[in-house]
Amino acid sequence: MSNPKPDNELTSRDLEIGCIATTPGSASVNRTGDWRSQRPEFATLRCIKCGLCALYCPEGCIVENAGGAFEANLYYCKGCGICSRECPILAVTMKEES
Amino acid sequence: MTKRVGMEVSVAIGEMVKMADVDVVAAYPITPQTHIVEHIAELVADGELNAEYVPVESEHSAMSACLGSAAVGARTFTATAGQGLELMHEVLYVASGMRLPIVMTVANRSLAAPLSVWGDHSDVMAVRDTGWIQIFCENGQDVVDNVICAFRIAEDNKVLLPVMVHLDGFHLSHVIEPMLFPEPEEVKDFLPPNKYPLPLNPAKPVAMGDFAPPFIYTEARWAHETALRQSKQTILKVWDEFAGKFGRQYKPVESYRADDAKTLLFTIGSFSETAMTAVDALREEGLDIGLVRLRLWRPFPFEELRAVVKGAETLIVLDRALSVGGPGGPVCSEIRSALYDANPRPKIVSFVGGLGGRDITVDGFSAIVKRGIELAKTGSDREFQMFGVRE
Repeated sequence: MSNPKPDNELTSRDLEIGCIATTPGSASVNRTGDWRSQRPEFATLRCIKCGLCALYCPEGCIVENAGGAFEANLYYCKGCGICSRECPILAVTMKEES
Repeated sequence: MTKRVGMEVSVAIGEMVKMADVDVVAAYPITPQTHIVEHIAELVADGELNAEYVPVESEHSAMSACLGSAAVGARTFTATAGQGLELMHEVLYVASGMRLPIVMTVANRSLAAPLSVWGDHSDVMAVRDTGWIQIFCENGQDVVDNVICAFRIAEDNKVLLPVMVHLDGFHLSHVIEPMLFPEPEEVKDFLPPNKYPLPLNPAKPVAMGDFAPPFIYTEARWAHETALRQSKQTILKVWDEFAGKFGRQYKPVESYRADDAKTLLFTIGSFSETAMTAVDALREEGLDIGLVRLRLWRPFPFEELRAVVKGAETLIVLDRALSVGGPGGPVCSEIRSALYDANPRPKIVSFVGGLGGRDITVDGFSAIVKRGIELAKTGSDREFQMFGVRE
């Protein structure tokens, strides 16, 4: 389904046999974090760079930034709060999405 | 050269699976399908068929294993019956939705409760809408021929759909019949290697069985519907080619002494053999009657059905399954619905009988026909007649 058409213009004829996706990783374009009700905020200056948040993140969307601290990619983050619960120095707080 | 062989139909299916040089068989034994998979297991164990035989722990797993093997492009076969078909129910939709060319013989059996291992079409009718191609057989020869045709149809790149070949449990599965067997080279010639267009392959990764959000599910369903409907062209082509090569012609709707007959008896499956004898007897009595049997159940042969009933005044449909609390026989409902707009529209009388392995004899069919003709005139306050029931 590597079709240049927008989603709502795809027809039954644009689908591969059995809806097979021929482009590996093509689902990564999907914005899967948009139903989040809370987002994690990282107190980067206090971060001790232990990486536990990234290790526990079930989405694998927490990555190390250039300074060695950790941040969530909100494009995919579902706001589960596990990073906040696991952070040993309480540097991740969950904030309501507006 | 073909040769005539006397053999149990279930064993003959195993021999055809061997001739088709199947790669993977994943199956769970269940009466009355057991002899099919038993024989295949034997062929694999004896080294006569070079295939992977997966002795799974249930029918749900059997069909799931078939998904995997068909997805890598392996020629895949399984068989089941009755409760087993129901246990694999949800996976049947996955096989057809993913367009995987699996071939399955179903030794049609009634459904519990009460427990019955004997034959009828309760199991088939419950999987009617699973999106598979479904072919009914009348005798052992039909089964042998259509197992070979089924692989050809399923794997054709214009089709790519799974195929069920239905044979009546016990009435066909356990009968020893003389059948004409093709030579292995002839089958090899008729059945080219399976070439699935987008198989699972680490060198060229694809994702199968994807998630379809609301924006695309309808389109995916329509693609499936179109494929199943259009598969009829290939089915006809394969049957014609088979006839050219082996001399036996199969059609979506077949008839016996039905040309210009005023009354038509409809059957599906093996009971048509007895029904033909009844038609002969009734013709002797002066009744203007013929027999029609549906061979192709899905895709439903609308055009062929409308053509064959043209001129008939009364249709009497025998179903071997019951839509409990509904219109009675599922086959009759579909025939009624297909002919609703016909002008003139024949009178259609629905009978349900032959349930749970109960035989219908020649006299039984004669009684059904006579009662049907009467009811077509008088009408009935019932949706359908339960033949032979002690009320």
